[in-house]
Amino acid sequence: MREICASKITEVVRKLCIDANCYLPQDIKDRIIQCRKEESWGTAQEILDRIIENYEIADTVPQPICQDTGVACVFLEIGQDVHICGDLQEAVNEGVKQGYRDGYLRKSVVGDPLNRVNTGDNTPAMLYTEIVPGDSLKITVAPKGFGSENMSQIKMLRPSDGVEGVKAFVTKVVEEAGPNPCPPIVVGVGIGGTFDKAAYLAKKALMRSTDERNADPYYADLEQELLEKINALGIGPQGFGGKTTALCVNIEKFPTHIAGLPVAVNINCHVTRHKSEVL
Amino acid sequence: MAIKITAPLSREEARKLKSGDSVLISGVIYTARDAAHKRLCELADKGQELPLDIKDSIIYYVGPTPAKEGQAIGSAGPTTSYRMDAYSPTLIRLGETGMIGKGKRGPEVIAAMKEHGAVYFGAIGGCGALLSKCIKKAEVIAYDDLGAEAIRRLEVEDFPVVVVIDSEGNNLYEKGKADYLSSIK
Repeated sequence: MREICASKITEVVRKLCIDANCYLPQDIKDRIIQCRKEESWGTAQEILDRIIENYEIADTVPQPICQDTGVACVFLEIGQDVHICGDLQEAVNEGVKQGYRDGYLRKSVVGDPLNRVNTGDNTPAMLYTEIVPGDSLKITVAPKGFGSENMSQIKMLRPSDGVEGVKAFVTKVVEEAGPNPCPPIVVGVGIGGTFDKAAYLAKKALMRSTDERNADPYYADLEQELLEKINALGIGPQGFGGKTTALCVNIEKFPTHIAGLPVAVNINCHVTRHKSEVL
Repeated sequence: MAIKITAPLSREEARKLKSGDSVLISGVIYTARDAAHKRLCELADKGQELPLDIKDSIIYYVGPTPAKEGQAIGSAGPTTSYRMDAYSPTLIRLGETGMIGKGKRGPEVIAAMKEHGAVYFGAIGGCGALLSKCIKKAEVIAYDDLGAEAIRRLEVEDFPVVVVIDSEGNNLYEKGKADYLSSIK
């Protein structure tokens, strides 16, 4: 049994909150540059140039890439042979509080969804834990902006709707979102499981590198086909027209019930942020 | 070639701007988003005075990150505008001539823009670091308790926007997409 101190978790979460918000992952930068090369529409080219300039400024200063520094989604993969000394949830929230304070990040959380008073420190985090084999602890912080989160949807399709139903739904969600989620977007799709599991899969899909396709060739092909369908919609960067509506489509899947075909679509903007550290 | 305008913006000047125009804004603009809009409209409904000069004003839908030492403001890109749709017609009626945000607007907002003469500008969403460079001064003038959502008076210099919807209701989101799609046919 390996022991990890809660204070160490606080320290790492603090740093990941700041770094994730200021430094865009390299794979996203590479995708934006590649899409800029392939973009033929003038307005779209100009916007992609500004987007590149923006993340370069954020890198250099450093400062947040986007003012919506999000809710802190914190994913913990906890090795089953790890013992955490101290209160885990408290440790994570303390890390978020320190990171959002020390990193000059925006506090965007209200303590009650209807009575809406800002908590002032961006807590609580959206905390997800998974128990995995081994004795290490992987911490991922993914700040989630709500311009794109608000454009996400879930639908319980019928098994008879099949893959065509999935394609139609994903495309419809992106088309309805139009300019709202700050295209070019990254599209996370969760297929299968239950109502909540599909949404979780969609969110996890957003954290997979854009360089990496689904390990199952059937789903890897589906990711590519959906990307082409979405980029044929013509929405373009910021919705002013163009090819580059999405940078990437990532699908995660899970077994499901004989009667069901849940599909969740979680959208991220071009500021797709996530940073991990393994303890 | 971008058109340079100065804020405050008169109704007459607002009416001259056309959907698709690239515009650089200099002068004084105000920030407000969800919670501040709600409060402004509650005051308006009661016939009370607003904490900003609404006549000929441009309101920027933004909640910036805190400024570091030496910065006028933190990152400051636009938020999604449709959440302000319930409030914008009231503010337009009271004198607001420009709104800066991103994303679609509802028919009630476009109707008010056409009736009174106002424009909807789009700034590039997700470019908060870049846009903050055009904001030279920021000062909270109301609702400090709202934190990032407080109303700020901004002094901006060549702040880059595009006219998305003009005072005649022409919409770049529709035209840009249609023009692109017909160009690749």
